[in-house]
Amino acid sequence: MMIKRILKKTLLQKPFLKKECKLHGGIKLQGFKSLSNATAVQILSVPPQLIIPLKQHIGEAAKPIVNVGDLVYKGQIIAEPNGYISSPVHASSSGVVAAIEARPIPHASPIKETCIVIHTDRKDQWHPFVQSTPEPLALPPEDLRQRIRDAGIAGLGGAVFPSAVKLKPTSDITTLIINGVECEPYITCDDVLMRHHADAIIQGALLLARIVRPQKIIVAIEDNKPQAFQSVTNAINRLKAAGAAAANTIHAAQVPEIFPAGGEKQLIKVLTGKEVPSGSLPYELGIICINVGTTAAIYDALYKGQPLVSRIMTVTGEGLDAPGNYRVLLGTPIHYVLANAGVARQHNAEVIMGGPMMGVAIADHAAPVVKATNCLLIKNTRQIRQPPASMPCIRCGRCATVCPITLLPQQLYWHARSKEFDKLPAYHIDDCIECGCCQVVCPAKLPLVHYFRFAKSELKARERERKKADVSRLRNEARQVRSEKARIEQEERKARRKAARKQVITPETNPDQSTPDSLNASSLQGVAPEPQTHENTSMVKHEDQTKTMAR
Amino acid sequence: MPLQQSTNRQSGNIVSAPFIESGQSISGVMRQVIYALLPALVVAFYCFGWGIITNLVIACAGALAWESLMLYLRNRPVTSYIMDTSALVTAILLGMALPPMAPWWLLLTGTFFAIAVAKQLYGGLGYNALNPAMAGYAVLLISFPREMSAWLTPLALPVAELGFFETMAWVFFEEPPNDVALDTLTSATPLDYLRTEISRGVSFSEVRLSPVVGVIAGKGVEWINLAVLLGGLWLCYKRLITWHIPVSVLVGLGVLSGAFHLYASERFADPVFHMFSGATMLCAFFIATDPVTAPATPLGKLIYGLLIGLLIYIIRTWGGYPDAVAFAVLLMNFTAPLLDQYTQPRIYGAGKRNGRARNG
Repeated sequence: MMIKRILKKTLLQKPFLKKECKLHGGIKLQGFKSLSNATAVQILSVPPQLIIPLKQHIGEAAKPIVNVGDLVYKGQIIAEPNGYISSPVHASSSGVVAAIEARPIPHASPIKETCIVIHTDRKDQWHPFVQSTPEPLALPPEDLRQRIRDAGIAGLGGAVFPSAVKLKPTSDITTLIINGVECEPYITCDDVLMRHHADAIIQGALLLARIVRPQKIIVAIEDNKPQAFQSVTNAINRLKAAGAAAANTIHAAQVPEIFPAGGEKQLIKVLTGKEVPSGSLPYELGIICINVGTTAAIYDALYKGQPLVSRIMTVTGEGLDAPGNYRVLLGTPIHYVLANAGVARQHNAEVIMGGPMMGVAIADHAAPVVKATNCLLIKNTRQIRQPPASMPCIRCGRCATVCPITLLPQQLYWHARSKEFDKLPAYHIDDCIECGCCQVVCPAKLPLVHYFRFAKSELKARERERKKADVSRLRNEARQVRSEKARIEQEERKARRKAARKQVITPETNPDQSTPDSLNASSLQGVAPEPQTHENTSMVKHEDQTKTMAR
Repeated sequence: MPLQQSTNRQSGNIVSAPFIESGQSISGVMRQVIYALLPALVVAFYCFGWGIITNLVIACAGALAWESLMLYLRNRPVTSYIMDTSALVTAILLGMALPPMAPWWLLLTGTFFAIAVAKQLYGGLGYNALNPAMAGYAVLLISFPREMSAWLTPLALPVAELGFFETMAWVFFEEPPNDVALDTLTSATPLDYLRTEISRGVSFSEVRLSPVVGVIAGKGVEWINLAVLLGGLWLCYKRLITWHIPVSVLVGLGVLSGAFHLYASERFADPVFHMFSGATMLCAFFIATDPVTAPATPLGKLIYGLLIGLLIYIIRTWGGYPDAVAFAVLLMNFTAPLLDQYTQPRIYGAGKRNGRARNG
């Protein structure tokens, strides 16, 4: 009885221990956060050259609206959004547009995309249109949303989904989550931001609340960042002391330190106990989840009128001279950042953009910093380019116990390895978030995530093929209908002509006349059968696929 | 294999996350399983003397030899695969399951079937459908019933002062130990005794009074089972195995034996007797939990363990063999892929809009 009461008490006091709120799986990782979170944000100097990719967000690439040779100012729009899910791009500093050409982008393979190259004049002059707004909270919500879109703000946690699109949900929002969890090891940019700019985050959250009108706002912070939590709590208390009515709807919450608790879906589960339905988005539950960095950028955009031209970014790794957080202009080449953060240009330095769990090893260090670059993690080549020798899977099932989605990675691996891709949807491969937990605990050291990515791309390619086959099948059917119609018409014409001839000359048949006709008909048919068989096989394949998908 | 090649090629140039290397290894897992078996080995040594050591030494040597030979024949890297020490685990389990002081050829035949046939011919580590140790055991049990039933009487050897060399002489040359008739050293195992006595109409309470029965179960064997339980709990604590299979095996066996014991307590042994006799604990914690041949889903594991528990009781009580672990485990090994397929856990966010989202 006593035990029961104590248990009940602790459960009530710590809501995160409630069973429904507990995340399945996940792993505890060594943080390495103290490498970079001790110092305040330093401002990185303006580089001589800025390389600004037109596509730094999810969606369509922006359309350039400047020409080579144009003088641009900091904050000036140099490319405008192309479509609804798109975002404008701004000049990060003042200077001259030197080129609009394909340049390496931060990616695992050395691919190039169109970028606007600006030779800076080092004056870093803001465009005169960049004006502060004294009271943005008084503006109508639609106006605020448009300003966020114009400022080019996209999710700075790494997903870079255009925020303005996210802020126009189709259903009512009850909860706004400001995500300051930052569960990946090494990364501390959100931590440092919360420590030093908590007010901007809280003000930004209130602006967001003005747009989506939630009942409550939760600022979620992992419990390994007590200072950030304290700073945010203080900011909320200051707001309360100032007597703001909205202050009562906002509170800070600590979430247990476990990877990947900072993932949107995982965080929602931890905070509310609700699960985002598979294949849909959080707003269907009345929840919007926005990163703290994005929230601060929205504050800057609405209060100061400054578009997104720079971001806070962690530069870290063991053996670095000056690991820490830097405010870096978007478009700054990565090697410039490294040189200024005390990383000599060593040939064996590898740069990982993002954290060690879900980041990307950058192929070309000339690639620029983009909106998604929350961290540059420096490792040496030996550490990452030599994959450990893997052993066969012994089905120990550790991967399944740590999977935050409760997938069965060993089954996925089994089918992906044997290329039985049609079996994978039944094991929900699309729900895999590629967090990497399974791979980190695998005693056989299998490159599981690599297999899953491969299988996913393969499935996508098949889906495309299937769609293409559908289109060509429809086309072929239409073509057959057309040729059939033509044949009938021709026969009719022939019959009519025959009848006319019969009436005019004699009722004798002319053999010379009929042979070219029959030849013509057979040649027509000779064309038809080939696509027909082709279509048949594709149809069979297609049926096969849908069947297995259904299974 | 094109995929394998592309993986290798890509891992040379393009590397992908995660960049944290797994701190675990298969050899590490296997080593911890061996550590977990140590208490049981110490107790077994106390009960059976040097006979258990000769068993283990010959079984390990045999297993490593067969494994190396098969890896060599299959063109696999011998050293790196030998180092995973999974063959040693199989050998130790087999060595513990066979009667102590088993003749050398019995151990070599057993390890041959376990390693070369049941494991390597099916594709080696991770690909075998049947538990290697139990496959080897079952082959021996069917082929050499006389040798397989010659169990030493626990705690009798120290009295006979059978040293290491005398034991070796027996194991290799079948020379009977000095002025001791081997018949005086061997006796029926407790489970065997229980079977024959109950079939003769002796009541269970009388069986309990016999010298082969100790405090709660078979004399000597009960202590080995307790030590195995200890090691098994350590494995659970280290998260090397999950609780599902051990618990469900013991629950399956316990509930069925308990029900029959309640129904007719003189004709059916009590659950504790069953749990601490024969290889029950070894099965629950070390044999049935072999991940390669067991299901991987939580629900699958529960069903698998439960059915193993039930089968152990059924075969022990009504089957042709006194202990039933090998057959129960082998029978259930066949069901593992099926159980895996039909017991997928519910994934995050499933069952709400899932069907519509997928088909729509």
